[in-house]
Amino acid sequence: MPKAPSTLPRSHLFGAQPLLLPVNPRFIWLTLIIAWMINLMPWGQWPGVPDVLALTLIFWSVHEPRKIGMFAAFLFGLLMDVHQARLLGEHALAYTLLSYFAIALHRRIQWFGPIGQALHVLPLLLVTQLVVYSVRAALSGTWPGWSWMLDSVVAAALWPIADRLLLAPQRRAPERDDTRPI
Amino acid sequence: MQYSPPSFFKQGPDVWVRLVFFSLLSIALLIVDARFQTLDVVRQAVAAALYPFQRAVLLPGSLWSETTVFFESKTEFQREADDLARQRIEMSQVTTRATQLAEENAQLRRMLGASARVRVPSVLVEVLYEVRDAFSRRLIVDKGSQHGLAAGMPLIDDGGVVGQVVRVSLLTSEVALLTDRDQMVPVQVLRNGVRSVAFGDEAPGRLGLRFMASDIDVQVGDDLVTSGLDGIYPAGLPVAKVDTVERDGSSGFARILAKPVARLDRHRHFLVLQTVQSELPALPAAEEVRRRQARRP
Repeated sequence: MPKAPSTLPRSHLFGAQPLLLPVNPRFIWLTLIIAWMINLMPWGQWPGVPDVLALTLIFWSVHEPRKIGMFAAFLFGLLMDVHQARLLGEHALAYTLLSYFAIALHRRIQWFGPIGQALHVLPLLLVTQLVVYSVRAALSGTWPGWSWMLDSVVAAALWPIADRLLLAPQRRAPERDDTRPI
Repeated sequence: MQYSPPSFFKQGPDVWVRLVFFSLLSIALLIVDARFQTLDVVRQAVAAALYPFQRAVLLPGSLWSETTVFFESKTEFQREADDLARQRIEMSQVTTRATQLAEENAQLRRMLGASARVRVPSVLVEVLYEVRDAFSRRLIVDKGSQHGLAAGMPLIDDGGVVGQVVRVSLLTSEVALLTDRDQMVPVQVLRNGVRSVAFGDEAPGRLGLRFMASDIDVQVGDDLVTSGLDGIYPAGLPVAKVDTVERDGSSGFARILAKPVARLDRHRHFLVLQTVQSELPALPAAEEVRRRQARRP
């Protein structure tokens, strides 16, 4: 029997997507709530704290645009506004736009590997932050510099990990079988 | 989207429709919240719903700090006990003098016919978390309107003034630190009684005295205390120590910066002074203050 080549081409290089199980809607909401609770942690003024909730919202908007959309984004945005003691609507607006862009890009993004996807996600996260900061700047008349962009860079760098974690339940085989590749 | 999905898949309203709807809703909320006070009910309801989640998230951190305190070494406690003993001796001297002064003061006041000062009731609060915001310095504390807090009440620690309660919900309150750009405290130089107003400055962690003539008698090292002129902060609370005085002859103003004496980012517990609110005029909303500040050159 000929030995299989050790370096099989990665499926995404062909633009093919691996077969996945259907997602459980309860899992989507569970991950969103966990991400939201990570955002609730007392991060204070540390530099480079990623917006995990935004990342998770992008992820589900890209992978399941029919199950999760702008309503969820808007709702979580309002919750973040109250938590962060901002004007109601700052994060809601930002997350709504984020969700829209993610849905608009969802066919394109899935053709790329994790790094390529992260490069698509970075501008989305930056736009989200820019919306929040523009609203604040318009109201207060000051600009706090550009160091906040680090948050988005860190969040985008976490994309491959999020990709692994959030798709893991769908990558399981329906019946476990060691002789079969999936 | 370049092309619309096939009509036989039920997808709900078009993505454009949803985008416009939720964006307009957000912008409407922003405008209403910035201009009017009507959304406070919504905010309070959401804040009450958020509270259990916030506490749940903070639980591991507080458990950790409690365990570390529990296992703190004996030497640490010994050192603390020594410090306290030393402080007690110092304090007893101060107290003796203070008693004498209070008696003398009471006598003088009686002579003047002035009413004795009312002791301000207070509430101990603990910091839940610091708001992550590049534009302002705000804390969320664990007591709210249910515990008798109201917007406008000052917050102090053992050093001096820390900030002011700016918004209350049922179980939590939002506190603006002294160094928040929207905060201002009427102060007085302890040495010579020069009055001014201290604003949160652009320089991080500093207060600035604005509109002081360049020949004003303020020196580096001067103590600033509350003047009590606003009726919100009781008079005589330490606020800051002047650490920079730049006299600029061309503009005619001095740039005076001061460092707060309260340790804003160290402590977890503070005291809220329940100053009598009914006698105060209504506080201008934060937006109003901003607009007024923006109008200034």
